[in-house]
Amino acid sequence: MATEIQNVPAVPELSRKDFVSSNDVRWCPGCGDHAILNSLQRTFPELGVPRENFVIISGIGCSSRFPYYMQTYGFHTIHGRAPAVATGVKVANPDLSVWIITGDGDGLSIGGNHLLHLLRRNLNITVLLFNNRIYGLTKGQYSPTSLFGTKTKTSPAGSIDNPLNPVLFALGAEATFIARTVDNNPKHMVETFKAAHAHQGVSFVEIMQNCVIFNDSTWDSIYGRDNRDQQMLPLEAGKPLLFGKNKEQGIRLNGLVPEIVDASAPDILIHQPDHPSPLYAQMLATLGLPDFPTPIGVIRKIQRPTYESLVCKQIDDAKAKKGGGTWKELLQGDSTWTVKAED
Amino acid sequence: MTPAARGFREMKSVVVRFAGDSGDGMQIVGERFTETSVTVPNSIATFPDFPAEIRAPVGTIAGVSAFQIHFGSQAVLTPGDEPDALIAMNPAALAVHLSDLQQGGLLIVNSAAFTDENLEMADFKSSPLDDPELRNKYEVVPIDITGLTLETLKDSQLTQREKLRTRNFFALGFSYWVYGRPLEPTINHINSKWAVKSPALADANIRVLKAGYFLGETSEITRNRYMVAQAAVEPGTYRKLSGNEAIALGLIAGARKSGRDMLFSGYPITPATSIMETLAGYKHFGVKTVQAEDEIAAIGVALGASFAGQIGVTATSGPGMCLKSEFIGLAVAAELPLVIVNVQRGGPSTGLPTKTEQSDLLQALFGRHGESPLPVVAANSPSDCFRAAFDAVQMALEYSIPVILLTDGYLANGSEPWKIPDESELREISVPFADLSRPYVAFDRDPETLARTQAIPGQPGLEHRIGGLEKDAKGCISNNPENHARMTAIRAAKIQAVAKSVPPLEVTGKRTGKLLVLGWGGTYGAITSAVASLVAEGYEVSSASLKYINPMPADLGDLIKGFDKVLVPELNSGQLCMLIRARFLVDAVAHSKVMGRPFKVSEIRERILQLLND
Repeated sequence: MATEIQNVPAVPELSRKDFVSSNDVRWCPGCGDHAILNSLQRTFPELGVPRENFVIISGIGCSSRFPYYMQTYGFHTIHGRAPAVATGVKVANPDLSVWIITGDGDGLSIGGNHLLHLLRRNLNITVLLFNNRIYGLTKGQYSPTSLFGTKTKTSPAGSIDNPLNPVLFALGAEATFIARTVDNNPKHMVETFKAAHAHQGVSFVEIMQNCVIFNDSTWDSIYGRDNRDQQMLPLEAGKPLLFGKNKEQGIRLNGLVPEIVDASAPDILIHQPDHPSPLYAQMLATLGLPDFPTPIGVIRKIQRPTYESLVCKQIDDAKAKKGGGTWKELLQGDSTWTVKAED
Repeated sequence: MTPAARGFREMKSVVVRFAGDSGDGMQIVGERFTETSVTVPNSIATFPDFPAEIRAPVGTIAGVSAFQIHFGSQAVLTPGDEPDALIAMNPAALAVHLSDLQQGGLLIVNSAAFTDENLEMADFKSSPLDDPELRNKYEVVPIDITGLTLETLKDSQLTQREKLRTRNFFALGFSYWVYGRPLEPTINHINSKWAVKSPALADANIRVLKAGYFLGETSEITRNRYMVAQAAVEPGTYRKLSGNEAIALGLIAGARKSGRDMLFSGYPITPATSIMETLAGYKHFGVKTVQAEDEIAAIGVALGASFAGQIGVTATSGPGMCLKSEFIGLAVAAELPLVIVNVQRGGPSTGLPTKTEQSDLLQALFGRHGESPLPVVAANSPSDCFRAAFDAVQMALEYSIPVILLTDGYLANGSEPWKIPDESELREISVPFADLSRPYVAFDRDPETLARTQAIPGQPGLEHRIGGLEKDAKGCISNNPENHARMTAIRAAKIQAVAKSVPPLEVTGKRTGKLLVLGWGGTYGAITSAVASLVAEGYEVSSASLKYINPMPADLGDLIKGFDKVLVPELNSGQLCMLIRARFLVDAVAHSKVMGRPFKVSEIRERILQLLND
């Protein structure tokens, strides 16, 4: 028998337009950010969360203008520090649905430290990292995810930095939900955002995003029309790792090393995002050009208590043990003395 | 039976310093001597002096730990200048602290610790106790504390090691005899702490304490005893409070009076850490503490909590303050409440982590890019940290603004009795919430306070965006030149609005005269003690100490005009002095000290007399 829930106001039906703010969207025409914004505005009404409970926190960069375009609570903070502010918001009020919008420079360079600690603490927050492998707002310098040899104004002879793999980074910090999606597939983005929201714990989503001005077509070798079948490995829990136009190829392990085999070969790996060992996820994270297709979808999803729930539990436990604090206890402490008036 | 009749010399106040190895329990005996003195009652102030090293080798100079207590029959505002008595438990303690002891002062030493090995570790070529010069300069009382302790406990079941650990109570007992202090408070404390857990240990400590006292009574080792009469302490209930404890309590009290929960986020840094440690013990008060990954994250977490409707607080020192600058600027731009506590220490850079200084004043006022004014509050004494923290929370919330609270290492670790206020004496704090009767605009203001009204995530219909980009009155991003000029003026005007919360100055001495001694923060005790003594001697000198640096009290300009000269003593190279000269066009004179140590009362007295005689 269904239990009747009383005195709970119904969540009003929301639509995409409820999440469109009155601010003009000022990204460059053709920027991948437009599609991401659109997809998130389509996702939010479907999450069953009252609009006033969404909070979007960003740092600095092109992607970090995001909060201004969403009709929710938003805070455009400082470069790299969105995870810190978001942590404060979430710990202060765990009922809020907190989203961090960041980029490869904001999240992995200046803010790498904060992102690391957000992930390992496992706050129930979703991080959308727009990876366009370039600094866009400052007009085209190489970023921590730029490929080795990338020529920019600050690296005229080619970047000599070894690029960071965002998924490997998140795995190193033991993030409990890690996914990758692409800015040219709104349906996949919406699905991924929904899955990230549904996860109880930190959700890290790398979005392969195109910067039409300073790093145009950076992902075409993976998600371009001519390459996507061969270069993208769609992940689905419980399904074998197959790719190709007709799913004619698969991936299996040869010892500790992955290899590409015909789809009919035995021992093709079955996708298990909840596998307790990080080894499988790590193998997936390292797949990519030039030898392997790049995995797209939910790479890892495991469970661990969230940081904010533990904070609240400790407070509840302390209150249960000591009672809610009183003024007398606060001001007097455990040792006082009294000076009496002289007669 | 008057004390004098019993052979005591009467003193207005006495300064005693216990010094020994880190493992000698000097902090413990200092605490006990303090507790005994407050029950007399005397007016007291104390200061612990820990070694910078966590576990320096036993017997070395680096391992010396000390505790100083100043107790008097009149108002005691500092832990004292040169001690009247030094209790040195080993040669290293003597080496470190002897130069501070007053000429003719009482020097009690544990003679048993003056072994060749210990002397060598303290860099003595020969035993200073054999030096006739020592006895000429001081009243030397060598006691075989180690031997007498073991003798007292010869039939005890305790191990040799445990027996030796009680010897600090022998020194304490003897000092109680010298100063005519009662043993009961300490005996009661020992019983309440150890009688159940370890009756043998409690018994041993009490026996050794008494043995120390009886040694004074029965031997003729010294005949000089000193009596400090009861002080006319204001009736009331008191507790002992250190500066950092007072900060924690003041923050919680402020949050409670505002109806908001507090979220504190910090990163361990000397000498601010104990604020976070203290607050972590107040979870049952709803206090959330987040130990962040760095100083930047700590203030970011606090700011996020303020955005989400709590009061965010962070505390740090020196280098941590530099790291937080960018976030403080964001808090100014976003006009969110936030409290940043800076327990100042010697700088620049890592500087002197365990030593005190007041050199972050100009940083607090101006240490951000762009024009980003904010209120700066300072604490005057360890217990005044409570008032300062409460005020900082009140200003932050009522004016929607970040507030910097300046204390220092000297206030943080020092402690003094605090007359416990009744909860009803603490004012209610009101928070400017959004007007729900009309559409919310993020930069709507309270016309009186100019505070940006707050809308809290979770409140339907008030969704809005804020950030570091310049906004117009409607909360939209604006690069308009006139708008930037207007917003800059509003941010400055907010500080003037805060001035309404700032009470008039308290002045020691008359409000006009020859010389005004103007200080701020932790120098209050030394300045006030010096000036009060000179006023009593008939000099035309007055003093005031700023608790509010920005905005300054409205009556400061008039006060300054009433004096021929202004002296500004500071533990920096003249930062407040620079401000006073610039703001009031007065030829103020700086008196600077940057030695990692607080002012001595005598230093200030000398400088005042010099200026008065010029």
